[in-house]
Amino acid sequence: MINAFLIKYAEIALKGKNRHLFEDALIHQMKLALEKTEGEYKVTKEQGRVYVHCLGEYGYEETVEALQRVFGIVGICPVAIYEEEGFDKLAQDVLSYMKEYHPGFAGTFKVNTRRANKRFPMESMEVSAELGGEILEAFPEASVDVHQPQLRLSVEIREKIYIYSQTIPGPGGMPVGTNGKGMLLLSGGIDSPVAGYMIAKRGVTIDAVYFHAPPYTSERAKQKVVDLAKLVARYSGPIALHVVNFTDIQLYIYDQCPHEELTIIMRRYMMRIAEHFAKERKCLGLITGESIGQVASQTMQSLAATNEVCTIPVYRPVIGFDKQEIVEIATKINTFETSIQPFEDCCTIFVAKHPVTKPNLNIIHRSEEKLNEKIDSLMEEAIKTTEVIMIQ
Amino acid sequence: MEAYLDNSAATRCYQSVCDIVMKTMLEDYGNPSAMHQKGVEAEKYLRDTQEILGKILKVKPKEIFFTSGGTESNNLALIGTAMANQRTGKHVITTAIEHAAVAAPVHHLEELGFEVTVLPVDTQGVVRMDVLREALREDTILVSVMYVNNEIGSVQPVEEIASLVHEKSPRAVFHVDAIQAFGKYKIHPRKQGIDLLSVSSHKFHGPKGVGFLYVSEKVKIQPQILGGGQQGGMRSGTDNVPGIAGMGVAAREVYDHLDENVEKMYELKQHLMGGLGQMERVVLNGMPCMEGAPHIVSASFLGVRSEVLLHALEERQIYVSAGSACSTHKRSASSTLTAVGMGKEQLETTLRFSFCDTTTMEEIDYCLDNLRELLPMLRRYSRK
Repeated sequence: MINAFLIKYAEIALKGKNRHLFEDALIHQMKLALEKTEGEYKVTKEQGRVYVHCLGEYGYEETVEALQRVFGIVGICPVAIYEEEGFDKLAQDVLSYMKEYHPGFAGTFKVNTRRANKRFPMESMEVSAELGGEILEAFPEASVDVHQPQLRLSVEIREKIYIYSQTIPGPGGMPVGTNGKGMLLLSGGIDSPVAGYMIAKRGVTIDAVYFHAPPYTSERAKQKVVDLAKLVARYSGPIALHVVNFTDIQLYIYDQCPHEELTIIMRRYMMRIAEHFAKERKCLGLITGESIGQVASQTMQSLAATNEVCTIPVYRPVIGFDKQEIVEIATKINTFETSIQPFEDCCTIFVAKHPVTKPNLNIIHRSEEKLNEKIDSLMEEAIKTTEVIMIQ
Repeated sequence: MEAYLDNSAATRCYQSVCDIVMKTMLEDYGNPSAMHQKGVEAEKYLRDTQEILGKILKVKPKEIFFTSGGTESNNLALIGTAMANQRTGKHVITTAIEHAAVAAPVHHLEELGFEVTVLPVDTQGVVRMDVLREALREDTILVSVMYVNNEIGSVQPVEEIASLVHEKSPRAVFHVDAIQAFGKYKIHPRKQGIDLLSVSSHKFHGPKGVGFLYVSEKVKIQPQILGGGQQGGMRSGTDNVPGIAGMGVAAREVYDHLDENVEKMYELKQHLMGGLGQMERVVLNGMPCMEGAPHIVSASFLGVRSEVLLHALEERQIYVSAGSACSTHKRSASSTLTAVGMGKEQLETTLRFSFCDTTTMEEIDYCLDNLRELLPMLRRYSRK
């Protein structure tokens, strides 16, 4: 019976002296993910390997799914653990394992033995060879191939015997918490949750900011963003979601500036507000779901215009992705269905028929001067009235 | 102040309704199909409601079948009738302004091989008799027309339609979706020539999740929910005693005060329409005030998207709906509003205000005051 999982991780192993920091972060994230399931577990680090031991009853699917959301994990091997009682018992256990998980096996295989418990009387090569023989006898159709076997049967001899043969792919990446924090500009769309997911995958903790514009955007639109943040948080861990009331700023820009520049100028103010909260929350960068050329405000020129107001780096993980590629990731992380609910977001409500696609910075600066009278107090008010929702 | 002007979506339950619902939950909670005393007590509520409804409609109590609400009533009426009568003919007639709970089952019938004629309506949302006359055929087995339209409050000449249907297609069953009409009109199916009538409880101060279908004893209909054979096999499933009991009390209370309620709602309606009529760039939809339903006003606020105005009113505790609440889950334009010939601008700017007997003049005034204040502001900011 499967009662443990061996966790494989790749990149962390490369990190030299920081390795234990990364491993600790990985174990911390695994514990957080497993907390949300019904089972009870013990996560251990032994001789350079991380194991999840299942204590009592647990749901196999649920456990695997939880682990598949922990960045840093490359592979999850379901392990069957047996008592260590000498070679004869070991051979018997291997055969019963094979009968249970690979009944009627008729392909090529290889046995890999690791002997961590040096008191075991045989060497690992010898164990592998002997076990191979036993399997050939019990499964007459099977054959050995040590170079490209269809089945790799791993046997680890420790205080107990660990047997596994399957590796379920993990999400890869780096454990969240190993690479600082970023502030995600989260709209209700398809791209920004994907951007958050991708940055979190590199080990970054995230917070988020959402701009809503009542009455032009509805309570349901806000709820949708909260739902999306929850979905992203399944991978990234807790998110502090900042809900900024942007209506007055938006209307003021509408009153003062040329209509075709509205979106660009509005986005510049969004970046300024996002950066304010980023600094307040000790974030080292902003994260957006922009992708070059997708809409008028995402041409190279427009990106340059919005980027100009930021003093901290802006990360755009989907910058080179086509819509379809983003949709594929959104589907994989289960945000797509939520993102396509038809509620208007504040970027589209006043969008001009022909917005500028190549904004000239000098002209934008001159337009923004027209906002001098009230914009500072409006910004202050927006920041002051921002609601922070903790997403677990 | 709060103004709840979305009574065509759902009404507040009467206190007397809540009382009886609670009683059936805490005291008389038996299964009405059980053989013991507790079952008999529970069953009594069903008979009481059947009797109340029978009296109101002037029909036999056993012609009342309880359902989970308007949608189920319509499904049972349409699919049940079509299935039971398909050997007689396969032609079905309906109108272009039906609620989705009629339009979707009819569409399903079309997929099953029935032939469907959808009658157009005039700009006030009324079916034209000459068009109906032409559509009726020998093999027409079912005609379904809504009594009061849920989005613009237009009222169909139900009696006239019925006599034409029975004259030209004697084998046709005439179904009326009366979900917005029950509690506002005196409806007497037998006299009016209605064979099937759908009603939903939460539109007249009863609980949600319950309704009924009147089925004339002359009509053949195939049950759609099979199981333990409750309600004479017409609709299986343990009877929703709390809902049914609550619906009965609500129906009695509404019909006890029908005339005064209707009069009051027309006063409210006149006042609201009068106020709206004085505003610039506001178009009133549907029939003239006193010809349309007493509780529904539809208006288009040109230059302001309905969703925006709805949320702006909501910020001031005024609750209305854009199109019909049931059609807001789809982003597509309302079929009723399209059918009465609205252009794109009007489609995007239409709100519905709906009252009940407890709506006050102050609520209407509060709503009008806020509209006067909001409209100029919202019109200043629009997509260019």
